[in-house]
Amino acid sequence: MPGYETVDIVILVGLTLSALWTVMTRSLLRSAIGLAMTSAVLTVVMFRLNSPLAAVFELSVCSGLISVVFISTISLTQPLTWEEIIQHMKDRLSRFWYLPVIVVAVGIALAFLKVKIGIVLPPEETEKDVRAVLWNLRHIDLIGQVIILLAGVFGVVILFREANKK
Amino acid sequence: MTTESLALFWPFCIFIIMLFIMGFYCLLVTNNLIRVLIGLELLIKAATLLIVVAGYACNHIALAQALTITLIVIEVVVITVAMGVVLGLRSHNKSLDVRKARNLKG
Repeated sequence: MPGYETVDIVILVGLTLSALWTVMTRSLLRSAIGLAMTSAVLTVVMFRLNSPLAAVFELSVCSGLISVVFISTISLTQPLTWEEIIQHMKDRLSRFWYLPVIVVAVGIALAFLKVKIGIVLPPEETEKDVRAVLWNLRHIDLIGQVIILLAGVFGVVILFREANKK
Repeated sequence: MTTESLALFWPFCIFIIMLFIMGFYCLLVTNNLIRVLIGLELLIKAATLLIVVAGYACNHIALAQALTITLIVIEVVVITVAMGVVLGLRSHNKSLDVRKARNLKG
């Protein structure tokens, strides 16, 4: 079974840095862009792990559609006043400076941890094609996806209908 | 998956745990509703990566991809509905602050 290469570690470090920037940055718009960047880097990791179809979904839906939803919502909300921005910056600095320290400390601690867990290998995969798995083995999932999509559509319709009534 | 193969994919697990920590920290510390959803997104991304890595390590890539696609669909719906709720709360409270969204009257 192939393992990991140095380039994988570099990509994973990039993923962590972009996620850290997403959380730490002050501007909501930059956070949304950072989230799209994290999704894009995650797409590269998925391609490296031989999952091209899931990677394409991640790139088009998470990096594209969800970023559009986030940016639209941010543009629909009013910006803060100057006094609010100054207060917000002071609050953020006191609350968020722990995060890089915690992340780096946990990363170093886990890197030196020796894992000794024996897990039984599951039976060999009978179907290698993802389309066959999705349509033949996991077709109940597809029904669930359709129901979830419909529930989401009805949820949004009801939310905005109530808002209009008010 | 043997102990050796698990050790082989341990670096991926380290970064997945770090991503989980960032998502949880963002969820717990922030007061902004949109930033709460960004934290939730980071948690979902960590779960997505965990499924893909587990599928690759166990040589069940097709099944892992099918589950990832299902997860992405659920993620989109959750975020879209949550954004609708955020906009509704903002129009009601005139703020995106979580602390001002505690005055629910049933």
